[in-house]
Amino acid sequence: MSTPLGPLHVTGEVLATKTVGAHRHLTLVAPGIGERSRPGSFVAVSTGEARLARRALWIHRVRPMGGHRATLDVVVEPRGSGSRWLAGLAPGAAVDVTGPLGRPFALPREPARCLLVGEGYAAAPLLALAERLRQRACPVHLVLCAPDESRLLDVLEARRSVAQVDVVTGDPQAAIAAAVASADVVYSAGSVPTLRACADAAAAAGVSCQVALERHLTCATGLCSGCPVPLLHHEEDGGPRVVRDCVDGPVFRAGLVDWESL
Amino acid sequence: MSGDWPFSGPVLSASGCGGTGRELASYGDLADLGGFVTRSITLHARPGARGERIVESPSGLVNAIGLQNPGVEAFLGEELPALLELGATVVASIAGHSLGEYAEVSRALGRAAGVSALEVNLSAPDASGAGVFDIREPFQAAGVVAACRRDLPGGVLLLAKLRSDASRVVETARAVTEAGADAVVVGNAVPAAMPDGRPGGLSGPAIRPLALRSVSLAVEALPGTPVIACGGIMDPADARAFLDVGARAVQVGSALFHDPTAAHRIAAALAAGGEPR
Ligand code: FES
Repeated sequence: MSTPLGPLHVTGEVLATKTVGAHRHLTLVAPGIGERSRPGSFVAVSTGEARLARRALWIHRVRPMGGHRATLDVVVEPRGSGSRWLAGLAPGAAVDVTGPLGRPFALPREPARCLLVGEGYAAAPLLALAERLRQRACPVHLVLCAPDESRLLDVLEARRSVAQVDVVTGDPQAAIAAAVASADVVYSAGSVPTLRACADAAAAAGVSCQVALERHLTCATGLCSGCPVPLLHHEEDGGPRVVRDCVDGPVFRAGLVDWESL
Repeated sequence: MSGDWPFSGPVLSASGCGGTGRELASYGDLADLGGFVTRSITLHARPGARGERIVESPSGLVNAIGLQNPGVEAFLGEELPALLELGATVVASIAGHSLGEYAEVSRALGRAAGVSALEVNLSAPDASGAGVFDIREPFQAAGVVAACRRDLPGGVLLLAKLRSDASRVVETARAVTEAGADAVVVGNAVPAAMPDGRPGGLSGPAIRPLALRSVSLAVEALPGTPVIACGGIMDPADARAFLDVGARAVQVGSALFHDPTAAHRIAAALAAGGEPR
């Protein structure tokens, strides 16, 4: 391994499964990956030999289970053939897992009021993020949204662990606009319209915003160039540039993203 | 042949499938591969295609990347030094919109210290969409190879990457060899379409039998020319099948998207199974 803390590729195992609303939750044994992950990291899994592309999944939770030090919880929303295959896996099934992948959320250096907006299954990394923020003395306001109730994630757990939680089904734009008013930093994970609503509201309020941008990934490991994200200003040289979502993201500073060309 | 065979083993990564090299190096030592083939480098940076770039098809992928690459200058300044640092045997893949651009890129990269071979991409599955010289006839391929060969220093191997097109591969391989190619690579993704009809290229196990046929034909027709096989190789048995019909080496491409350790696994299995021919 040339980078000791880089991603690993392992043959893992499904340890447990459960259905919650429209989602299937899988707990995976994937030695070494959980230990290295941070909120906003994701894993890529293979879904059988005939499907060449990987499927990317946010790391929802890392926890000890069944004698394993750091199992991974992931949330699958069955939509296409690959995610249906994943949702159909039974405990004991082997699955190839690569991770942790991507650049995770960056934490504020000073205590700051943080607004977290999570939509559907993409809210997966936000409770872990909230926990990290609380350790840094940052007050957290969490908005969980989804098109319908069956796709809301983590509402009960969030209410136990986060002081201020709003739950929205349907269009979250009004809730976002209202919540941004009392935030110093915004973190958002969800569909492009929701990310963009956060980006626009944050820009209007003059607060910083990070978005976890989900693109269609093929390799998820930086090899294929199939996941372009156009940036207005590149962090290194300031010029416009097309970068890769899977290695240069998936978390971006919202102001860098060229939303019009996305 | 203008130089010695620079590849220490029979398994290389295929062009456009190993990122900048750094990403692949997270999963295995690049020095353990016979060689690392870069994505195709053009004179100036290209942002690549807009819209959906890769979709799955049965046992394959259809891509329309549009040859996104950083251009010669950034490649020489950043990516090549990093690849050499990682211990890779570097094969620079090159493309251009004209004979002149091919020649210029060949000159710039062929003279760079640490480039062991050039792979001249003569088989972009969507040349006009990607804005590169559209090579339809063997004489055009030969013209590009001659232009690239002209100023190439000795010791740098020139590989010509051709299509897996059984009806043309022998003619084209013969023409490029006569024009100065040291070896041929057969082949690239095959011309196909994205679901919305945009031109693209199909790769993966879906095209492996096409590649095997083309490789066999090239090996038979040109016994003096080394053939490097590329097309849907997923595991050691696939690689062995190409070596058994006479390929000198293989390139692993789309398999890396499915499993970033695929090339290393295949290389290790072949090494453990004794010397490949
Ligand atoms: S999905 Fe392949 S480079 Fe990002």
